[in-house]
Amino acid sequence: MNSFLAQEVPLSWYLLLSAALFALGVVGFLIKRNLITVFMSIELMLNAVNLSFVTFAHQWHAVKGQIFVFFVMMVAAAEAAVGLAIIIAVFRARATLAVDRIDLMKL
Amino acid sequence: MNASLHLWMIPLLPFAGFLLNGILGRRLPKWLVTTVALAAPLAAFGVVLNAAAGFFGFGPATASLPYIETCPFPWIDAGILHVNFSFVLDQLSLVMLLVVTGVGFLIHVYSVGYMGDEEGYARYFSYLNLFLFFMTVLVLAGNALVMFVGWEGVGLASYLLIGFYFNKKSAADAGKKAFIVNRIGDFGFLIGMFLLLANFGTLTFSEIAAKLGMDPGWNGGVVTVIALCLMLGAAGKSAQLPLYIWLPDAMEGPTPVSALIHAATMVTAGVYMVARTHVLFDHSPFALGVVAVVGAATALFAATIALVQTDIKRVLAYSTISQLGYMFLACGVAAYSAAIFHLVTHAFFKALLFLAAGAVIHAIGGEQDLRKMGGLWKKLPLTFAMTTAGVLAIGGFFPFAGFFSKDAILYAAFLQGPGGKALWFVGLVTALLTSFYMFRLWYLAFLSKPRSETEHPHATPWTMQGPLLILALLSIGGGWIGMERFGNFLTPAVGARAAEGGNAQLELILSIVAVAVALAGWFVADLMYRQKPARAEELAAAYPGGYRVLANKYYVDEIYGAVVVKPLLGISRYFLEWVVDIGLIGGIAWLLAGIANLSGAILQRWQSGNLRSYAAWLAAGAAALLVFLLVPWDAVLSSLPAIHLGMAGH
Repeated sequence: MNSFLAQEVPLSWYLLLSAALFALGVVGFLIKRNLITVFMSIELMLNAVNLSFVTFAHQWHAVKGQIFVFFVMMVAAAEAAVGLAIIIAVFRARATLAVDRIDLMKL
Repeated sequence: MNASLHLWMIPLLPFAGFLLNGILGRRLPKWLVTTVALAAPLAAFGVVLNAAAGFFGFGPATASLPYIETCPFPWIDAGILHVNFSFVLDQLSLVMLLVVTGVGFLIHVYSVGYMGDEEGYARYFSYLNLFLFFMTVLVLAGNALVMFVGWEGVGLASYLLIGFYFNKKSAADAGKKAFIVNRIGDFGFLIGMFLLLANFGTLTFSEIAAKLGMDPGWNGGVVTVIALCLMLGAAGKSAQLPLYIWLPDAMEGPTPVSALIHAATMVTAGVYMVARTHVLFDHSPFALGVVAVVGAATALFAATIALVQTDIKRVLAYSTISQLGYMFLACGVAAYSAAIFHLVTHAFFKALLFLAAGAVIHAIGGEQDLRKMGGLWKKLPLTFAMTTAGVLAIGGFFPFAGFFSKDAILYAAFLQGPGGKALWFVGLVTALLTSFYMFRLWYLAFLSKPRSETEHPHATPWTMQGPLLILALLSIGGGWIGMERFGNFLTPAVGARAAEGGNAQLELILSIVAVAVALAGWFVADLMYRQKPARAEELAAAYPGGYRVLANKYYVDEIYGAVVVKPLLGISRYFLEWVVDIGLIGGIAWLLAGIANLSGAILQRWQSGNLRSYAAWLAAGAAALLVFLLVPWDAVLSSLPAIHLGMAGH
């Protein structure tokens, strides 16, 4: 029991978790129709990547990856604010958040 | 050590005038335009006089001829081609420069009066200055390429000035015709230059002469080809058979332009070029023969056309072609100094005749038809006197300028063996015709009964009379320089061929014959146009075929139209336009556009506007990339043939 806790979690577990989170994000992005859910899926992908950054930083004993993650989180926070503002603006204009209905860019 | 003569100023002064009047002329007051336009050629003439003074013994003898001035840095330096922008002043270019800038200045002065109330006054003078710039470059050129720059430039100036009244279609067409016909000649000049470069490795006249002088093996062969190519160029510029057709049409330009460019200076550039490259012609008797025959044929041919023309300027134009033929005839018998002598006197009396004709046209309100003139001697006494001097000079009457130079040419031709006698005879017949048609013009315009009611003629301003007077004096007295003195002066530049069998007595006899022939021409003209004015029409009615052929200028324009212009137009319209332009080039363009359209039509389906489909493609692409990067392709590929071979082994 004790020795089990003392063991390090293997690298591959973290990476698998990261890949699973990323895949969930992609699938969520592709199949969900609600704009807010799509937005959350994007955040999920972003954080999945953050996780792999931290993992590799720990593996190689390099602090750069950790610092990068802080940057990404900061930018993501700003982007979330902008993104949510856009979503509110879209909702006000179209009275819907269904992605398929927001298709002004279509030919 | 030569003191600098500042030859570079001679072309650059008119060029400065061109720039100033060309760019600012429309905003400047008229008196300033006039001042600039006149100051530039006058200053250039001053520089030439300064250069000349040293050689003629006035002032300090600062330099010896030939005097060469080279731009301090190379102009073209590529492979075997080394060309410097060099000017050379020798006896030949000095004489030519005096004529070009001197007569050029007089005609500038005349233009002030003639063009006084025309639209585009500044434009006219900027073109005229531009012409002087290029003409002096042409004359001063120390090598063929610099000469070619001037050569093309005077062609441009000529084009601009022929088409000066560009609103008139005939004038614009005449400008185009002059340019295009000249291109044929320029082609010959270019080929000649290429051959010079290939065979001599240089374009500098003095180096070519030195190489030819060193090796007596240069005779005929390639030298003949080069000389004939240059002759083609000269025939284009100097309006010789078969390329003379542009010059009569060039009379669409203002009359002072006809006097300066299409009589006195530019059209003599071909003669000058032959004299400048005379060493090549001296080494090729065949080319010389061609020059002589072309010259004689042109002289006679153009003179016959001039007999029946009714437009005063066209008579003078054909007369110019005929006189240029004389000069070529002289070149062809290697009497280059006689050719240049005639060039100089011709510049005087033909400029005079053109300017006098301009004064007539100006006075009677733009009428150019001889049949509608008449009796003008009372209304324009001064112009009448000037024209008389010009007519006597071109007719070759003693002691007017034309007598001396024409006599020198005929004498030189007579001494060239039996072929020369034939040339002399053609020259003599031409002299008869020349005298006839000039007196015809004289009688029709000035002496016969007035045939139209000219109200009070416009006054001729002094700016027009002054140049007329000076040119008349030169036409009367210019010949007294004398062929011998002139020839001796030119000999270092153009060489002299010892004429066998010549003596003073023979020369005297030939002169008397020539003057007698000229008198006969006068007599016939007198008979037909003064004593019995109806006789001319009777004669025309008696030989309707002959008259029609002459009046239609031997139908040369029509023949060229049918043989050259029409097929070219046909090829352009049906082959070049439909097959090449629309078919080939247009087809390729349409094909490319079609491919772009088609691929666009297919690919635009991807641009669905559906965000999730974009994202799906993105994810699929990323997945494909991952597969591509992660699959160990080497191992997979190397295992494939093994399976295949294993199966084949069984």
